[in-house]
Amino acid sequence: MEFLVASSIGLLTTCGTYLLLRGRTFPAVIGLALLSYAVNVFLFAMGRLTINMPPILRDGVTEYTDPLPQALVLTAIVISFGMTALIVVLAIRAYLEIGNDHVDGRPVGEPSEAGDKN
Amino acid sequence: MSLTLIVLLPFIGAVLPAIMIRAGRNACATATGSVTLLALILLMAKAPAVIAGEVFQVSYNWLPELGLNVTFFLDGLGLLFATLILGIGLLIIIYARFYLSKDDPMGRFYVFLLLFQGAMVGIVLSDNILLLLIFWELTSLSSFLLIGYWKHLPAGRQGARMALAVTGAGGLAMIAGMLILGDIVGSYDLTVILQNADLIQASPMYLPALILILLGCFTKSAQFPFHFWLPHAMAAPTPVSAYLHSATMVKAGIFLMARMWPVLSGTPEWFYIVATAGLVTMVLGAWIAIFKHDLKGLLAFSTVSHLGLVTMLLGFGTPMAAVAGVFHIINHATFKAALFMTAGIIDHETGTRDIRRFGGLLNLMPIAGTIGIITAASMAGVIPFNGFISKEMMLEEAWHTMWLDQNWVLPLLATVGALFSVAYSFRFIFHVWLGKPRDENLPHHPHDPPFGMWAPPALLTILVVLIGLFPATIAGPLVAATAGAVTGGELPEYHLSLWHGLTPALGMSVIALIGGSLLLMRHGGLMSATANLSRPDAKAMFDCGIAKAVAVSRLVSDNLHNGSLQRYLAIMVIGAIGIGLSGFYAKPDFQSGTRELLEVSPPAAIGWLLLMVTCVASVFLHHNRLLTLLLVGVVGLIVSLGFIYLSAPDLALTQISVEVVTVILMLLALNILPKETPKESLPGRKMRDGIVSIAAGLGVGGAIWAIMTRDLPNSISSYHLANSKIEGGGTNVVNVILVDFRGFDTFGEIIVLGIAALSIFALVETVTKGDAARRLADWVVERRRSPNRHPMMMVVATRVMLPLSLMVGVYIFLRGHNEPGGGFIAGLVVSVALIMQYMASGFGWAQNRMKVNYHGMIGLGVIAAAITGASAWVAGLPFLTSGFTHVHLPIVGEFELASAMGFDLGVFLTVVGAVMLALAKLSQIERMAEHVDINAEPMDHDPSAPVATPEKEA
Repeated sequence: MEFLVASSIGLLTTCGTYLLLRGRTFPAVIGLALLSYAVNVFLFAMGRLTINMPPILRDGVTEYTDPLPQALVLTAIVISFGMTALIVVLAIRAYLEIGNDHVDGRPVGEPSEAGDKN
Repeated sequence: MSLTLIVLLPFIGAVLPAIMIRAGRNACATATGSVTLLALILLMAKAPAVIAGEVFQVSYNWLPELGLNVTFFLDGLGLLFATLILGIGLLIIIYARFYLSKDDPMGRFYVFLLLFQGAMVGIVLSDNILLLLIFWELTSLSSFLLIGYWKHLPAGRQGARMALAVTGAGGLAMIAGMLILGDIVGSYDLTVILQNADLIQASPMYLPALILILLGCFTKSAQFPFHFWLPHAMAAPTPVSAYLHSATMVKAGIFLMARMWPVLSGTPEWFYIVATAGLVTMVLGAWIAIFKHDLKGLLAFSTVSHLGLVTMLLGFGTPMAAVAGVFHIINHATFKAALFMTAGIIDHETGTRDIRRFGGLLNLMPIAGTIGIITAASMAGVIPFNGFISKEMMLEEAWHTMWLDQNWVLPLLATVGALFSVAYSFRFIFHVWLGKPRDENLPHHPHDPPFGMWAPPALLTILVVLIGLFPATIAGPLVAATAGAVTGGELPEYHLSLWHGLTPALGMSVIALIGGSLLLMRHGGLMSATANLSRPDAKAMFDCGIAKAVAVSRLVSDNLHNGSLQRYLAIMVIGAIGIGLSGFYAKPDFQSGTRELLEVSPPAAIGWLLLMVTCVASVFLHHNRLLTLLLVGVVGLIVSLGFIYLSAPDLALTQISVEVVTVILMLLALNILPKETPKESLPGRKMRDGIVSIAAGLGVGGAIWAIMTRDLPNSISSYHLANSKIEGGGTNVVNVILVDFRGFDTFGEIIVLGIAALSIFALVETVTKGDAARRLADWVVERRRSPNRHPMMMVVATRVMLPLSLMVGVYIFLRGHNEPGGGFIAGLVVSVALIMQYMASGFGWAQNRMKVNYHGMIGLGVIAAAITGASAWVAGLPFLTSGFTHVHLPIVGEFELASAMGFDLGVFLTVVGAVMLALAKLSQIERMAEHVDINAEPMDHDPSAPVATPEKEA
């Protein structure tokens, strides 16, 4: 199970980073979302993986999973939503202001690095 | 206590002029003046004790860990300077009331003046060198504002910028020097530093510290080669010039040299740097002053020269020279402030400051003329005024001092300096006040100014005469107290008086007077003889230097910072990988841990496979944005399932509800943004990004693998598990951590969430202007829309569901403390329920019925959380300490009521407000783009509505 989680985190990071490095806003936002999953799961996994041991106190139960990373990740999930929303609106505003969704620093109207070839 | 008040009064009082200006200019000036007067009275109350040798001290801890404390002390030196600053400040305030015209914003002027005054008093009373540095920088900033007060004049703005650049740069150097000094001594307290002269002078860091501190002093006090900014600062209104550039700010450097005199002086390094710089400045400044046609320009260079004189005396390093220096500080402040004010009067009354157009003004302005002539004679060092005595003392010291083992250098150059000084002072007297009028067509017909304008300089002139006649009586005690504080020890025998008999100094003085007069007689010839000499223009050099610095910075930033987010992110990711790799290679023994691993169950394997496929697919298919969004939704779903499987029900609930909201948000965004990403990356770029991404993934994956395969020793989590029920009153440990143990974190997080939502609001609200508004107005809807925008089925279904989903939200909220749930999740669930209404019935219809202000909701949430936290104070407990009790109600039975519930309510409200505000604002852009009106009806076709005109429909 640990391998599955570790490889998932690794792949989410890879895909997220790759999309983050694209020259348009939308892939970058998606990349950021994937990277957020990776980071959240990473933080969560810092508390080690357990099955059927939720941190809800019950009489007679002594073994629980680590609650602390869960609390940290819970707020992180909500905050990343707030940040995603902000970036999305920023992307829309930038698109409306300059008429394209480039983030690669080229002046408005100039063709992309490869001249917009497919 | 009253010592602190002396420093704080000008700062506190700085609000008064801004308020009182509404009551008129007199009220404004009176309020400002009374602030300064009060501080001066407080100071004077301490003066007798200080002169008797007492030192007042007061101290408060500020940042004791850094050695930075608010400590003030008042000794003779501080008393002298504070008296100058407050006393002359008071005169300047009166003078400025009459000097400033009706169009000048007087309130602002006095605010700046008081800020400056407070900063100056702070410098001279600080007992902590870090505190002193803070005030030092404050004087640079407030003097920038004062010099540039007439912001409509380019000369004023440029002069202010130059002054700030030069003094600010010197201030930076001084910070470094002071830190070295504090490091050597091990304390930043001035009183401690002053007692460690041997330690400091023996340190190898003595020379660097000395040079750095002197850089600060020389730039502030306009010593060669940093003298050039002072004449350009003369673009300021004359009260500013009189205050800053004669009596106070330029003397700050002198003050610091005097303050540091016991520990820094007495070495050859000190002597050759300080005395030489002072000497050169004195001679050069006086020479340039002779040729200045601008009245204030002449006075500015004369100030440079006199500051050089004092610097040179301090540089000599002997106690007697220090006495002379201190005495000259007093004398210079009196006559130079009066001279500046006189220059202001001339400018004010004639409309020009060009000396070549004046002559015979004494007949027209007898009062101002008398003041001007007496003070200028004092500046020249004519008997019996105060300037004469301190100049004599300076010449006497120069006579006794060897420079590079030559006994003629200092006496000769000091005499030359005095000679030039006589020449420009007499020029001020003869070319301005005496002789015949040279220009009958002055802009205004000159006459004496109002009383308020000539009284302040007149008062100073009386001092000039009295100190000259009775130096030992009037100034003696203050000079003794100050010089004692400067040298920090016994003073030599000296006698302040006009006549010392036939001394070498008297001879040098006579030579200077005669030579200076002769020079002035030949002034015309001298002017034409030197007219063709090329002189370095400091301003051009300064501007050129600044331009070069800007060009270099631009080159660097343009190359590093080309506007491409891709590049920045790539650098960041590569940097992070580099740091990781360097750590890895420092200890390359990556091994899996020995922790027992969990079994892989078939559902987990299926989920993993799905995640892998969707992840990879999202990269390869990312050009189709809608498809990518769906794939990411699947990823989010699997992550949620993973949380459930791995004992994190709270996370799963949060993740899945956030997922819903995020997908709606992205869909709204995609409606505006292009639906396709063009394929534009070159293969090389793709390759590079691929390698970087894979490296990042391997690093992160490897790290978490290494972590997960090891046990977690000594976690603080056991504390939370053990105390959740006992102290937090809840069995859902995650929720108790959020609202109780780590409530302060959560508090910060909901504030961030609120700020994000408000930023979105701000971004959308301003979209109605400029290019964005034009693009929205020209928007063409690309895709075919469903003809039925609000299908009846959906409207009815969501309306039936609304109470149910709200009920679920309330249920999740209430049980959150003990079972999975809580404010965050409940907030998201309720938001989704509300958004469903908006989606189904349309924004307008839903908004009309919501009648909730989402901004207010965010604020209310944060306030609710804050009040809950603060209520712990009532019980004398720290912020956010929670309490709980068991309540028994009929029917419901016994249940627990924790104060954390109030906090969680705050979280809930903030989340709902933030999510709704973000989505509502986003949909506002959509409506503008789609050119549709806000719908008033919930359904496009409402079967329950009365059938209106079937003929029309057909």
